[in-house]
Amino acid sequence: MTIQFNDESFRDDYSFYNSERAIKRFPFPFHEDSYMYSVNMEQHRGGPKDSVYEKRFDVDEHYVSEMRDRALVLADDPLRCQSLPHMTLAGWDLLELIMVSKSEDYPDLFELHRDGNTWRWINKPLGIDDTFTFLDEATLPYGPMEYITRQAQGDFAVLDQRDDNLWMDAGMVTTQADWSLDFDIGMNFFEWHAPVPLAHEKGIFVRALKFLLNIQQGAPARRLNWTMTVNPLLDTSPENYHKWGIQKTTLTPENIGAKQHLRVELQTFFRLPRSNALVFPIRCYLCSFQDLMTVPKWGRRLHRVVRDLPVELATYKGFIANRPMMLDYLENFDDGLPTSPGIWPDLETEPPLKT
Amino acid sequence: MSGAEKIAVTVTDIVPLNDLVTRFEFKRTDGGPLPTFSGGAHTVVEMRDGDTTRLNPYSLMSDPMDQSAYTISVRRDDQGRGGSLYMHTKVAVGDEMVISYPVNLFSLDLRAKKHLFLAGGIGITPFLAQIKQLERFNGHWELHYASRTESLGSYVDELTSHHPNETHIYYDDQKQTIDLVNLLEGQPLGTHVYVCGPKGMIDWVRQTAAAEGWPREAIHYEEFLAPQPGKPFEVKLAVSNKVISVGENESLLEAMERAGVDAPYLCRGGACGQCETNVIDYSGNFIHRDHWLDDEEHAGGQKIMPCVSRFEGKTLVLDR
Repeated sequence: MTIQFNDESFRDDYSFYNSERAIKRFPFPFHEDSYMYSVNMEQHRGGPKDSVYEKRFDVDEHYVSEMRDRALVLADDPLRCQSLPHMTLAGWDLLELIMVSKSEDYPDLFELHRDGNTWRWINKPLGIDDTFTFLDEATLPYGPMEYITRQAQGDFAVLDQRDDNLWMDAGMVTTQADWSLDFDIGMNFFEWHAPVPLAHEKGIFVRALKFLLNIQQGAPARRLNWTMTVNPLLDTSPENYHKWGIQKTTLTPENIGAKQHLRVELQTFFRLPRSNALVFPIRCYLCSFQDLMTVPKWGRRLHRVVRDLPVELATYKGFIANRPMMLDYLENFDDGLPTSPGIWPDLETEPPLKT
Repeated sequence: MSGAEKIAVTVTDIVPLNDLVTRFEFKRTDGGPLPTFSGGAHTVVEMRDGDTTRLNPYSLMSDPMDQSAYTISVRRDDQGRGGSLYMHTKVAVGDEMVISYPVNLFSLDLRAKKHLFLAGGIGITPFLAQIKQLERFNGHWELHYASRTESLGSYVDELTSHHPNETHIYYDDQKQTIDLVNLLEGQPLGTHVYVCGPKGMIDWVRQTAAAEGWPREAIHYEEFLAPQPGKPFEVKLAVSNKVISVGENESLLEAMERAGVDAPYLCRGGACGQCETNVIDYSGNFIHRDHWLDDEEHAGGQKIMPCVSRFEGKTLVLDR
């Protein structure tokens, strides 16, 4: 399928929008009418046609604009991209993984031609045609991780594996839900997850780490995570909290449908072959409440999830103050009918909203 | 499904190296490239020997960047349960086999300023791949390799001719031994130590390094245990509601698989922890042989690693 790339912004005038197709394929994160943490991992090997699960690295209508936004963030703050010296090999692993995956999965958009270590990479949407020597940093304009992640949607945490733990030793992080690579760099799995409430007590992180340490080559995994964002901001970083935090107070009953966005992360996990490191791509999808409400099942379910979420989680996810206003809006789309299990919109089978 | 992803391969070369060790080369049966890997990784080779299926881990020793073929070296164990004997006597060039994707439980610490390798016997194999990986990136390494005799010294000639300054060879029958205390004392800051060989050698290196004040994180070791034969015993599997008997020459893990119970595993050699299983009830004695559980857990009677450990007694009920 040829993708029509949007010309849009994630700052200032917020001209970001989702097409009808993008709404239908939005990764709605709730498989039932309530939410609690769990080790909700599954194998990442394809999924329904045109869903965000179908390809190894999903490319959608926001690609070109997201890459433009990333370049703006990096120009302001180069520390959003860091790689400790021992992680260069993992960077090459990641470059290879993304180039091979995208050229195989989107042959009309990306081409990779390899002749030994001489590689030619063509990225048509971004107008790039570069020839370089694989494993020779001097032949690329940036380090290998930075080079390829300036051309790939989503954040990338590249984790070294040693001493039965994972270490945040490299990454490209410009579209994050309020965490900082510059703060977390060099930390291990338990250290960087320390601020998360409730999950430690439930033993979630011990089990999650055990799962991640055992992810093997050829068997990637995935999960969804979510939060709430006012205005379609990709860069909700602690570094820029003074710019976006205040925007949460601009919500009104009149503008909430357009301004309040559900922010979903498609998190995937791949073992990197040459370095034995683990890459953790965190791909952010945004959808406004009013667009979500066009899917009756999602309207019913989102109301119930937001209403019943424990206070700790609503606080941690940053929307406890706006929750009453959200519920006033969302209850208009919940007629009390039961919902079908699973995350898919089920537009053909779910009844329309009773009015 | 348990274990790593599988690859269909064809045996393309078999080279006997000495009385005990034979090298096997595998290429993908469909002609495609094999995955690259990191030095220290192993593959699990499936051996279909009549009604018995054995899955044995072997370190990959070929160049990790070479996607055309993998090589492994197999040491014949005449007292073992037959996996290595099967490789030595039944496998021929042209045979089709199934191996797993590479799994690395003995990875280089890429932060190290220097890598000090200590090999005993067939324990040389993971270092052969790690050396090729480090050579490509101008890594700093040194190898001390102990073999019983000159004639059993697999790959000694290749190592000493390609890397005369980095390679140091010791023959037991000539009373040559690694002067470990002095060797450790002479290392620059930032050195990591890797040891692969018999259990006695691994324990000696770990204890000596600890006594010399080396940090635990700087000492890396790998020993795959082959499951040992033992007296047959019965096990009740509570979740699958089955009673199975473990034969003399099979492991508890293999007996579960034979009964159609999908039990997790990766290394099948007591190292990775994947097959850890909770004990619900028992009356008798465990024969723990793994490196995964600590001494307290071995004494506790709550857990067993079915890939290498056995049981003697009246009742054993497992949460599987």
